Amino acid sequence: MAAIEIEKLVKDYGDVHAVRGIDLTVREGEVFAFLGPNGAGKTTTVEILEGLRRPTSGKVRVLGLDPWTEGRALLRRIGVIPQEFHFFPKLSPREAIDLHSGLFGVPSRARELLEQVELTDKADAHYDTLSGGQHQKVGLALALVNDPELCFLDEPTTGLDARARRSIWDVVQRLKSEGRTIFLTTHYLEEAHILANRIAIINEGQIVATGTPDEIIRQYGRPERLRVVADGGLAAQLRAKFGFPVEVVGDAIEIQVRSKKDSVRVIDFIESSGVDWQSFSTEQDTLEDVFIRLVGRYEDSNGPAGPSGGGRA
Amino acid sequence: MNPKRIAVYFVAFAKGFLRNPMGLFFSLIFPVILILIFGAVFSNAGSSKTPVTVENLDQNSPTSQAFLTALNQTGVLTVNLVGPQPGNFSDYLAKQSATAGLVIPDGFQADYLSKSPVSVLVFTNPTAGSASGIVIGAVTGVVNGFNLHAANGTPIVSEVTLNVGSQIYTYIDYLIPGLIGFSVLIAPMFSMVNISSTWRRDGLFRRLVLTPLTRAEWLTAALLWFVLLATISAFLLIGTGVLLFGAHVSITLAVAPFLVVGPVLFVSLGLLAGSVSTSPESAAVIGNVITFPMMFLSGTFFPVAEFPQYLQTVAHVLPLYYVIDGLNAGMLYGNASTALMDVVVTLAVAIALFVLGARAFKWRDE
Repeated sequence: MAAIEIEKLVKDYGDVHAVRGIDLTVREGEVFAFLGPNGAGKTTTVEILEGLRRPTSGKVRVLGLDPWTEGRALLRRIGVIPQEFHFFPKLSPREAIDLHSGLFGVPSRARELLEQVELTDKADAHYDTLSGGQHQKVGLALALVNDPELCFLDEPTTGLDARARRSIWDVVQRLKSEGRTIFLTTHYLEEAHILANRIAIINEGQIVATGTPDEIIRQYGRPERLRVVADGGLAAQLRAKFGFPVEVVGDAIEIQVRSKKDSVRVIDFIESSGVDWQSFSTEQDTLEDVFIRLVGRYEDSNGPAGPSGGGRA
Repeated sequence: MNPKRIAVYFVAFAKGFLRNPMGLFFSLIFPVILILIFGAVFSNAGSSKTPVTVENLDQNSPTSQAFLTALNQTGVLTVNLVGPQPGNFSDYLAKQSATAGLVIPDGFQADYLSKSPVSVLVFTNPTAGSASGIVIGAVTGVVNGFNLHAANGTPIVSEVTLNVGSQIYTYIDYLIPGLIGFSVLIAPMFSMVNISSTWRRDGLFRRLVLTPLTRAEWLTAALLWFVLLATISAFLLIGTGVLLFGAHVSITLAVAPFLVVGPVLFVSLGLLAGSVSTSPESAAVIGNVITFPMMFLSGTFFPVAEFPQYLQTVAHVLPLYYVIDGLNAGMLYGNASTALMDVVVTLAVAIALFVLGARAFKWRDE
């Protein structure tokens, strides 16, 4: 059985169409990343899955339950870190876990959970004295109090520094190895690439691509390119000889090839033509290139990324 | 409703509240500070006498002495005798910022004994307010007595002064029920306005909605906390009033319903104000607009009966008025029927506000 099934999900806020017909299936035991720019509809979707919002139309099943009408049965089986997690400022992480355990009616595993999220040294510090990364760790620990089969992590590392981000990733990897299903929303490509088995890219309320990172690159990326630093005059010869699209980019020539074999033939030709050339490389689109092509922009915490030159393959 | 969850959440809520210095200050410490200040300032208000500066120009005459003794015996004036002043006595009084003045003319005794008309001069200070009336009334009373005596008349109608109730109430006795009403209002109102608006903004309710705690359980825990807080505050106020100021209030069962229904009422009102507002800032404004007039006009610091008529009318539509009126009826007068009426009014308003507040207060968005 699928952990999450979404069919034709629509959510409007008045005239604003936040989610415009999403179909999605998340398998049991996988880490599924929901990737999209800010305002794409990620949080709205995940909040509908958690039972926090009522869908305008469409069918949603989470662990076989309707989140809006069967939320009370569902909440015992899921763990959630809401976006921008906040907690009672004057309670400590240990007290927060004790409180949640009490509400769920399960024995408190405060020590174990604090160890798991690497927060043991701050166990008794008031929440309002903790850093952003530590706040998220409290959120993670609380999400695990009821030993959930399915975890929703809504932008768990937004605004965190690289170190805090890595330590959250470690915890997510551990949850994955324990066989839990994880639904992760993020606008960090690296995070999705590292953690997720499968990815859905959402933009303006619609899913524009689904699959493993490699599948998405293969399907939506440009073909492999051979890049040779050589005199631009070579471009016309190559075009005439092979019929591949050839472009002059700066001091280099980019030849769109269909395979590695094509690359070898092209290099053979250049070498035998006696033209002076310096270096060559093959290039392939990264997830980031594909994302930019599909969404039109990519912003991470360091501000907008420059135009893609393509990564080295 | 799961009692165990309510208990677990109650403990966490109480911890959060007690660790917040603002909450603790306004709910428990501030009312005690108020009783200390108001108690110290006004504790002698009932027995205070109006000072009168007296220039006796008929010195050493037994009649003028008798006149001043009679003035002192009215119990409302203190005679401050000054020697003959050069120049205008009115100017002297103004320079001394005196409340009132009196001049007994030279030859007062001689004129009195020979039954020639003679006048004592009374000076009043327009800024002294009701004190002027007290002085004129007291002097008139003594003058009438002297006239009657000179005419060999016998008083026909005499007056006997009695106190209302079985004992003498002082300001502090009225202040205690008022300040209990104050704490019943302040802690739940300010806390709930703040909680229902900022917790919504910070997503704390969404955090709770993902646990088995229900909205009803959450509200019950909060209500229990504010009932406990109001009860502690009431005992602190009564203790301070009785020990430091010798207050005469009695702790009767009639107090209990107000310590329960009062917090329910103001928790609901705070919840309603916080839930209908769009931001914590606007919630705070709405909360203050409701709270401050109610705080001053419901008989918290001064008895409503001393207000001008139109303000009394306003007071009668404020729910806190009925809480304080009922507490007065229960703690001072032992008037069970008035207390019961006030409980009924408070309860009716509390139920109505609770229904509205609970409807406006959302755990999750549509």
